Amino acid sequence: MRTPLLQLKGVSKRFGSVIALSDITIDVFPGEVTCILGDNGAGKSTLIKVLSGSHTQDEGSFSIDGEEVVLTSPRAALDKGIATVFQDLATIPLLSIWRNFFLGREPEKGFGPFKKIDKALAKEVTRTQLLEMGIDIRDPEQTVGTLSGGERQAVVISRALYFGARVLILDEPTSALGVKQAGRVLKNILVAKSRGIGVIFITHNPSHAYMVGDRFYLLNRGKLVNSFEKSNVSKEELLRAMAGGAELAALEHELNSTGEAQ
Amino acid sequence: MRRPEFGALIGALSIFVLFAYFDQSGQFLKLGGIARWTDVAATEGIMAVVVALLMIGGEFDLSAGVMVGSSGLVLGLLVTKVHMNLYLAILLTLIFGGLIGLLNGYLVVKTKLPSFVVTLATFFLLRGFNLGFVQLWTGTVRVDGLHNAKGYQGIYRALATTVWAPNQFNVDIFWWVGVTILGSWVLTQTKIGSWITAVGGDANAARNSGVPVRKTKIGLFVTVSLAASFVGIMQCIKFDGMQASQGVGEEFTYIIAAVVGGCLLTGGFGSAIGASIGASIIGIAFIGISFANWNTDWNYAFLGGILFAAVSVNTFIRRRAERAKK
Repeated sequence: MRTPLLQLKGVSKRFGSVIALSDITIDVFPGEVTCILGDNGAGKSTLIKVLSGSHTQDEGSFSIDGEEVVLTSPRAALDKGIATVFQDLATIPLLSIWRNFFLGREPEKGFGPFKKIDKALAKEVTRTQLLEMGIDIRDPEQTVGTLSGGERQAVVISRALYFGARVLILDEPTSALGVKQAGRVLKNILVAKSRGIGVIFITHNPSHAYMVGDRFYLLNRGKLVNSFEKSNVSKEELLRAMAGGAELAALEHELNSTGEAQ
Repeated sequence: MRRPEFGALIGALSIFVLFAYFDQSGQFLKLGGIARWTDVAATEGIMAVVVALLMIGGEFDLSAGVMVGSSGLVLGLLVTKVHMNLYLAILLTLIFGGLIGLLNGYLVVKTKLPSFVVTLATFFLLRGFNLGFVQLWTGTVRVDGLHNAKGYQGIYRALATTVWAPNQFNVDIFWWVGVTILGSWVLTQTKIGSWITAVGGDANAARNSGVPVRKTKIGLFVTVSLAASFVGIMQCIKFDGMQASQGVGEEFTYIIAAVVGGCLLTGGFGSAIGASIGASIIGIAFIGISFANWNTDWNYAFLGGILFAAVSVNTFIRRRAERAKK
């Protein structure tokens, strides 16, 4: 039996009398994409906040490499190798790609008051790291604002991986993007997966999830209502489970019959 | 084309050519004429560089001009009224400047109010104090008579004397060049420079990346106030005294120089060298107008025109820099 890289067991979170999450159990394995699916209000954001250290669960356990941990801040999560890529990507549009890549963690050379950024190193690392993500930037001095949404996300992901992330949480990374850009993002996810990262992909889009996911957790009203592994679920089943099964079947039937009537 | 100071350089050359053409005195292109406008550019430029850094960091300091006056007055009063040792008085003046900057910065990050409002308050407080306090203590609106203080000659040689007779280049030019190099080095070569640009570009994203946003901003306010104190000390030594109204209105000249030099009013983009070129444009224009025998009352109208042109060019450059691939 493999030990999950990250595991939630029976996790609950309440805000006053509101139960945001109840009895959530999730396994994340390295080199796998774990999808968390749910509609708006299903409890996805609360779950992300628990995973990224912004909230601490009220009940249940949070383990990394089989060891129980208590995360009290995003910084603590980051120190454990859990990096979160938020919807509004943490990049500065007018700053160059390499400065964004190393922002807050600049490599320096020289000493005392003459310390300066090791630009050659920073640019080279940025270029090679992005190349591994499948993005060939000719000039790391280019501003991030000139990149597309998917490329910007690749910058954020490669930065997280370079600085030692082992678990990557992606919060609705494809929601605001067109088809082509969403493709770019899914590619980013597969690159991270191939590098042995445990990817947590949070989305309300089951088709995107099915394309890259290895295991799927369905969240509804704060509860885990279903879970699948890629090997034992078809895309249609996943779609149906996500949309509430019977309801979608009824809708489909209705649409088909109107189609026939015309 | 992507460099922020590009527009300013073109502007400086055009204005230089313009005033060389309209020159009536025959002095503009001579060394003596250059000494005149570089002196103006130097005092504006030292402040423009630090104000540019602050603006790149996404903030304004409207008290920067009046702080020059306040610091000169503090120095003057300490030396002529308290009869304090000149060196100690200079040190205390700089500490005073640092503290005002700390207050500005702390209030801005703590209250989360726009720095425009916070420093506008500081501006008027200091402006009132400058006049009220000096009149109360000395009975006049001017503090003078520092030249009798021990060590005055040495300080004068370092801060205010002229060299290369008979052209009379002021040594403040060297300080200006030094501050420009230092500011540019910090901005382009150090991590602090990345942080300044980042907090001005998107403070939230910067915080998420681990940049100490508050410290960076407070540091910038302290730098501006310290520089204002330094310039105040320079002027107080140079003119052997200080007017209580000195510096009022200058804050906008610094901002104009920074903007002409390529700083965005919205923060996150700009250049220290650009700000110095902006200050040179102001120096060339002010001296050029008097050499052309035009009425110097037109100085400010001229500044307004330059500012308008510069903002138009900058907007164009920024659009190019941040244009996203769709």
